[in-house]
Amino acid sequence: MKEKSRIQTVINWLGPFLGLILVMVIFSSIPEVRDRFLRVPNLKSVATQSVIVALGAMGMTLIIISGGIDLSAASNIALSSVITAFAINAGFPPLLAIFLGVITGGLIGLANGSLITSLRLVPFIVTLGMLGIARGIAKWTAGNQKIDAPLTWVNELMAKSPRPSWLLMAPGVWMMIIFAVVMAVVLRYSVFGRHIFAIGSNEATARLCGIRIKRTKIIVYSLAGLFCGLGGVMEFSRLTVGDPTVAVGLELDIIAAVVIGGGSLSGGSGSILGSMIGVFIMSFLRNGCTMMGWPNYIQEIIIGAIIVVAVALDQIRHRKNF
Amino acid sequence: MEGVSKRFGATCALDNVDLELQKGEVHALLGENGAGKSTLVKILSGAVRPDSGTIFLEGYPFSPSSPLDSRKHGISMIYQELNLAPHLTVEENIMLGREMHRGGFIRQKEMRNKVRKALELIRHTEISPDLQVKKLSVGARQVVEIARALVEEAKILVLDEPTSSLSQEDSEILFQIIKRLKTQGVSIIYISHFLEEVQKVADRLTVLRDGKKIHSGNTIEVSLEDLIQMMVGRKLVDMFPKIPHETGDVVLCLDGLKGKRMQAEVDLSLRHGEILGLAGLIGAGRTETLRTIFGLDAVEKGSLTVRKIRTSKGAPWTRIRQGMGFLSEDRQNEGLASSLSTVDNLTLSNFSPYRSFGFLRLKKRRKAVRDYIKQVNIKVQDSNQPVFSLSGGNQQKVALARLLHQKADIFLLDEPTRGIDVISKSQIYEWMGQLASNGKAIVFVSSYLPELLGICDKIAVFYRGRLVDMRPTCEWDAQSIMTAATLGRPG
Repeated sequence: MKEKSRIQTVINWLGPFLGLILVMVIFSSIPEVRDRFLRVPNLKSVATQSVIVALGAMGMTLIIISGGIDLSAASNIALSSVITAFAINAGFPPLLAIFLGVITGGLIGLANGSLITSLRLVPFIVTLGMLGIARGIAKWTAGNQKIDAPLTWVNELMAKSPRPSWLLMAPGVWMMIIFAVVMAVVLRYSVFGRHIFAIGSNEATARLCGIRIKRTKIIVYSLAGLFCGLGGVMEFSRLTVGDPTVAVGLELDIIAAVVIGGGSLSGGSGSILGSMIGVFIMSFLRNGCTMMGWPNYIQEIIIGAIIVVAVALDQIRHRKNF
Repeated sequence: MEGVSKRFGATCALDNVDLELQKGEVHALLGENGAGKSTLVKILSGAVRPDSGTIFLEGYPFSPSSPLDSRKHGISMIYQELNLAPHLTVEENIMLGREMHRGGFIRQKEMRNKVRKALELIRHTEISPDLQVKKLSVGARQVVEIARALVEEAKILVLDEPTSSLSQEDSEILFQIIKRLKTQGVSIIYISHFLEEVQKVADRLTVLRDGKKIHSGNTIEVSLEDLIQMMVGRKLVDMFPKIPHETGDVVLCLDGLKGKRMQAEVDLSLRHGEILGLAGLIGAGRTETLRTIFGLDAVEKGSLTVRKIRTSKGAPWTRIRQGMGFLSEDRQNEGLASSLSTVDNLTLSNFSPYRSFGFLRLKKRRKAVRDYIKQVNIKVQDSNQPVFSLSGGNQQKVALARLLHQKADIFLLDEPTRGIDVISKSQIYEWMGQLASNGKAIVFVSSYLPELLGICDKIAVFYRGRLVDMRPTCEWDAQSIMTAATLGRPG
């Protein structure tokens, strides 16, 4: 009995990693890609490609645990990248430009949170509206074209070979890792984190226990907005231009990552670690498929199937527990 | 129905009960909450199967396998919560599930005729079949439900507390409909707590108490007083430990307080070391009053004074800071976050002892929770398990322990003993007595009279939203409370 429960805990602990390991094992055993797939340069490039979705997924994890959703994440990323480009182009110092980009994201998130709590609308509707509004503002700001900006150190945030070279990975990747650790700790060990879980698990109970639901939700959406803003800065860094049409549909990738990682759309469950694994499962799949020379549509079909299978497996795992 | 019995676990919900319903009569079913009325009716409707006993329908033995089966045999239930699809029209609702069609296409004319006929039968042609149900009043919705039953050619109609959400006028309309149905040969089982209403509409009545039939006979033969006596007539077992406590200063005072969902203004005061019971029927406004005090419902009028500080607006978190704790009657949907652990649920309203720089000291919290688990005697293997894996009684103890952990000194308890076993109940009574002796103030809402009489210092009785009377417990007895709760006048 005890033995069994120990195995169970091991499986439960490994559970989220299994999918990722499976994907990596599959690709590293296919002869065509074997000698390139698990190589440092490739791993670096996968990590760099994951940064933007990962940053978005950190905020999205909080929102989904609280029982909400944010459809405006990708538009927010585009808007923030345009604002950053705009600021650099206008001759602002890079640091200020980054700051403005991140703050723009935060403001969009703040608007989401405030509208959801004050108008008592469902998050789906508010953020669906914001998806259009933010994208529109981005195009407007950019004059419906790309904003070229002079090269600065901002563009090195996402460089595959970073300077100084002892960094080994792009500064953006390091930021992703640091923020992931910080957010994981906040979610698990902070009062704020517990409140998010309580709201998502049962909002009525949370209210009864004196948790300030409106305030908590506004903070959650603002924080998620800030992460999207940072994602936007990374997007700009990668593209070296501010493109208002970038990242269309990326919000679905972000949501998929959270859901693959065990987040429940009805709220109350999810984790940063899980979401990050979700992000990497998708990145490795894309990377592997590209290496195989498979066309885009194959990737789409596989990732679509992965989402359904991952969530189904997760549910079975939880059902077995009790 | 002959010799019907039903047990749920250790409790005997029905014990050898007979019920005879004649064609075209209105038969009232009376009894306190939990007397077995709804179980009896559920057996008739096929929702619950009896352990023993037989039902005869028009002389033939009848054992409904499901609610649908029983509906096909002409038995229709109309519950307190109406079962209509609000977005559909009156006609669509009446014909729902029995649409007339040819090859999948609706035969509108014939349906319209049938709906018209049903509405005519109960003389409510003023309700347009094309109106969306959500635009109708509660009373009119009930008319639609009855029309639906008629379209199904119901022979027996069960009305469960039909007037509890109706205004006086709508109730009168309902009584008219009932009269007309009688002349059509429809038999009606009428469940109600409002005794005067029963006297008005019922031909015969049956009184249940603790799952047993106490009386059955013609309505005119029994007086109101006798009915009340029959409903409550039980000796109070001494399961209420007397813990001496003294009342102190006023700690909470309501001045004409009226919340968004309260029907009338309420004045009330509560002292340190006092247990105040709120009695009344379900829907009499007790829960709404507690929710308004705790800031869960918005205050519309009046104010409340907590420890000499007057306030009106407030949210639960401000009330918790003022030392209040609220136990919800709806444990599943509101009281507990069932996917969270015992530790989380117990400490949710008060993280401050474990908080350092915004972070929780989990070990310290777990250790503290262990003490509370022991103190309240919660049976739990692992306090990190989600609370849905606990039994009902233990879940309730988690919810109660939360208030202790929160260090509340004004306890607002809404039906704290509902649906839990006798031993847990007795533990909760003892615990309430101890709290009072420590100077805590308790408001105790209950629909179970013996426990109110057993442990309260004062009892206030609600009737249809208003506070009828408040007196020390020694000036009340079961009969006078029942009179006030069912008739709305001090008995």
